[in-house]
Amino acid sequence: MSEKIGQHEGGAVLELKGLSKSFGGLHAVQDVDLKIFPGDRKAIIGPNGAGKTTLFNVVTGVLPATSGQVLLFGEDITGWQCHRRTALGMARTFQITSLFPKLTVLDNVLLAIKGLRRTKFVMWRPLSSYRDVYEKARRLLESAGYWNRRDVEVRNLSHGEQRQVEVILGLASDPRILLLDEPAAGLASGESQEMTEFLRRLDPELAILLIEHDMDVVFDFADHISVLHFGEVVEEGTTERIRRSEKVQEIYLGTG
Amino acid sequence: MKDGHAPRRKLLIVIAGLLALLMITPFTSSYVIVLITHALVFAILAMSLDILLGYTGLPSLGQAAYLGMGAYLTAILAARYQFGLDWTFWVVILMGILIGAATAALFGLLAIRAGGVYFLMITLALAMCVWGLAYRWNSLTGGDNGIILPPRPQFGIQLSDDVTFFYLVFGFFVVSLAMLYILVKSPFGRSLEGIRENELRMRILGYNTWLHKYIAFIIAGGFGGLAGVLWAHAHGLVSPEDVTLATSVDALLMVVLGGSGTLVGGAIGAGIVVFLREYLSTLVPWWQYVLGGVYVLTILYLPGGLMSIPERVRGWRASSPGRSLSDLRPTNS
Repeated sequence: MSEKIGQHEGGAVLELKGLSKSFGGLHAVQDVDLKIFPGDRKAIIGPNGAGKTTLFNVVTGVLPATSGQVLLFGEDITGWQCHRRTALGMARTFQITSLFPKLTVLDNVLLAIKGLRRTKFVMWRPLSSYRDVYEKARRLLESAGYWNRRDVEVRNLSHGEQRQVEVILGLASDPRILLLDEPAAGLASGESQEMTEFLRRLDPELAILLIEHDMDVVFDFADHISVLHFGEVVEEGTTERIRRSEKVQEIYLGTG
Repeated sequence: MKDGHAPRRKLLIVIAGLLALLMITPFTSSYVIVLITHALVFAILAMSLDILLGYTGLPSLGQAAYLGMGAYLTAILAARYQFGLDWTFWVVILMGILIGAATAALFGLLAIRAGGVYFLMITLALAMCVWGLAYRWNSLTGGDNGIILPPRPQFGIQLSDDVTFFYLVFGFFVVSLAMLYILVKSPFGRSLEGIRENELRMRILGYNTWLHKYIAFIIAGGFGGLAGVLWAHAHGLVSPEDVTLATSVDALLMVVLGGSGTLVGGAIGAGIVVFLREYLSTLVPWWQYVLGGVYVLTILYLPGGLMSIPERVRGWRASSPGRSLSDLRPTNS
């Protein structure tokens, strides 16, 4: 599998071609084209209800696409189930924190790492006895500064901490592309700054696509931004360009 | 996990409890020995259900179906073909597990697609199909009258002796408990917990959650079938009564009462329900209301079941250090 991925090193990690999603008469996502290369830091912004999360759900296979294509390392994965996309190198986080609340931080990460290993079906040996998985969890948690709180149940962490664990789980499958759905949702400004720092420290080779409401985070972190409005990409370009774009200001301030 | 010694201590308590049960039971009255044997059979059924309800979050109302399949298989083979009354008893055990698992494999195809209440309804409907077969297929199942089994197997040991049979059932119970305990600690078992907590996240993490649930369903069916074989010999009679909704609900009650997601809780619940039923039914005609009341009260006031009491007590102690008994009254409500 890794060789196969390696062959596409030069090409786009993720490519969306005319991707659309409708719910009856509502066109939540319309004709979205997007290419993401290794190391990219791209963001999608747009007002509430613009279709950002729907777009993510279609890209990750939570919802089926109405039309268009999703290509991962050049392979058409449009009809694939979530878990197969993950196996090919895609990972995501959720806008609404999506963890295993009654399990400890360590168990959350162990499960996340096991997700792509064949031994996840083993029934006769304790999960905690897998040294390599344990060591990897330790590395992930140490690098994020959570190792000393590994035995805390996730539901007892603060919201900001849960948001970070959310990203750690996303990283556990060694993804080549990470889709972040509003990692700073509900964070106080100090916390969201911390989150931005945290995201900046991630592997520079990893491609990241970010949805975010917090403009400080977006302008700080992304180098390319697409603006989604009523499901369509209405503007895209470098962060500088988007920052100055009148169209974007119209959309956000509602004069349009 | 919070306290490194807690799991070991719990394990020791369970082992001590099992040893006590093993040593004390033979010296009780013959009636109590039979009841304990029945409770152990139902404990296996309850634990199999706990894998679904407590660990995977699948509330199955059809666990009686697998018990029924195992029990009818045993009864039909024994009464009609005199098969399974010597060493072939072990073959029947194996067949019972397989027929339970196979039935679950079939039902799972239909049930696992659904979640929550819909899963509950589908498992209920499928179990009722098994009941319908047991009730209507007179030529095979004896219909309403059921099948009376010949005396229990003998192969060097006489299972017709209630104490010997108790030892056998106890052995099966301990092996089942150990296997299921290892299962729930394994990567597969933990993945079930992950599915219970957050299925969508598990899919995004790379788990084919349908497959995991399906395998869990089949395993639960296999243990249900095992309980069925033992039940047929324990009771000596297999009838549609064993496959009714009431049996499935009883299993559910055992798990919830003892504490779902604990395995041992289901076994404790089985003991309580079996004894309550036996003794209450001799005392009052409305004993079923008592069971219903216990069920409701458990869900309302002790959702973690009896197994959660020690933790509650610890939590209460930790939160109110130095309180005297006079402060025990609820402060505000």
